[in-house]
Amino acid sequence: MSAHPEALDTEAIEPLHVVGTTRLFVMVWVALLGLTVVEVGLAYERVPVNVMLTILIGLSLIKSALIISYFMHLRFERLGLFILLIPVMVFCISMMLLVFFPDSVRLMNMRPH
Amino acid sequence: MSHSEAEFTADSAWSGGGSPFAINSKKLGMWLFIVSDSLTFSALLIAYAYVRLASPNWPRPFELWPGIAKSSLMTLALLSSSLTMVMGVAAAHRGQRSRTVKYLWATIAFGVAFIVLHATEWVTLIHEGVTPWSNPWGAPLFGGTFFGLTGLHMLHVTIGVIYLAVMSWGYGSGRFEADDVEVSGLYWHFVDLVWMFIFPMIYLLSVNYKS
Repeated sequence: MSAHPEALDTEAIEPLHVVGTTRLFVMVWVALLGLTVVEVGLAYERVPVNVMLTILIGLSLIKSALIISYFMHLRFERLGLFILLIPVMVFCISMMLLVFFPDSVRLMNMRPH
Repeated sequence: MSHSEAEFTADSAWSGGGSPFAINSKKLGMWLFIVSDSLTFSALLIAYAYVRLASPNWPRPFELWPGIAKSSLMTLALLSSSLTMVMGVAAAHRGQRSRTVKYLWATIAFGVAFIVLHATEWVTLIHEGVTPWSNPWGAPLFGGTFFGLTGLHMLHVTIGVIYLAVMSWGYGSGRFEADDVEVSGLYWHFVDLVWMFIFPMIYLLSVNYKS
């Protein structure tokens, strides 16, 4: 227990200055470029559009996780901040997907062939 | 405040005496803005994906050159801008003002390159007859979704460029602190992150196989 509450307050508000190294940032950048090249290559594969959409979104989710974790430093923040931000966002986006998206696939299957 | 009250306030992160997330209010505010803005983009992208899947005659106008090559270059520009931005934030936390300003200007340069490339892409499509309500190839919603999504993103990039220019001037002159640079970095990385979804969904899902 601290006898100096003011000092402890400052410590609590002060950001954690663990922001990674240049080597780490360059590695993340290279990984992001590599995933982009994979995406462009995949785009020329002739697969059904819903399959392609799923694959591309999957790769984009990996890229966004890299950006959020390392470039936006969320990996270095307290777990509480992650819990505040990410599950809520994922829940809201999932609701949009669950409510609206199945209809678009159903419409596609209802087309006259 | 009595001594015991002060101890209680300091010891419990949730009692109002400190920040439970160990970040300042500006950074928390930016994170909350990013979450709300990401929901805006998510709604638009989900709506786009809906009509894209449900429209059998969706146009595939993006040939390797210029559409895919240019949009890939734009992706490279934004990813590189994120690298310079994160290096700038790291330099700011080390107290290297001059180096931080240089990184910020490099980020701005990549952002401007993105806007210029994107503007030429818009001009090309407009010359080919694409409007928000029609196009010469197929589903009329193509133009509306393309201009709507990329336009909103380009607006964010433009605001980001202005924000970073103000930050560069303010941090260089000592008006802003390293934390302010970090908050501007969060915004810029978010703009990059959104493009990671727009690029594959708008461009790669509509490539012209014949190219």
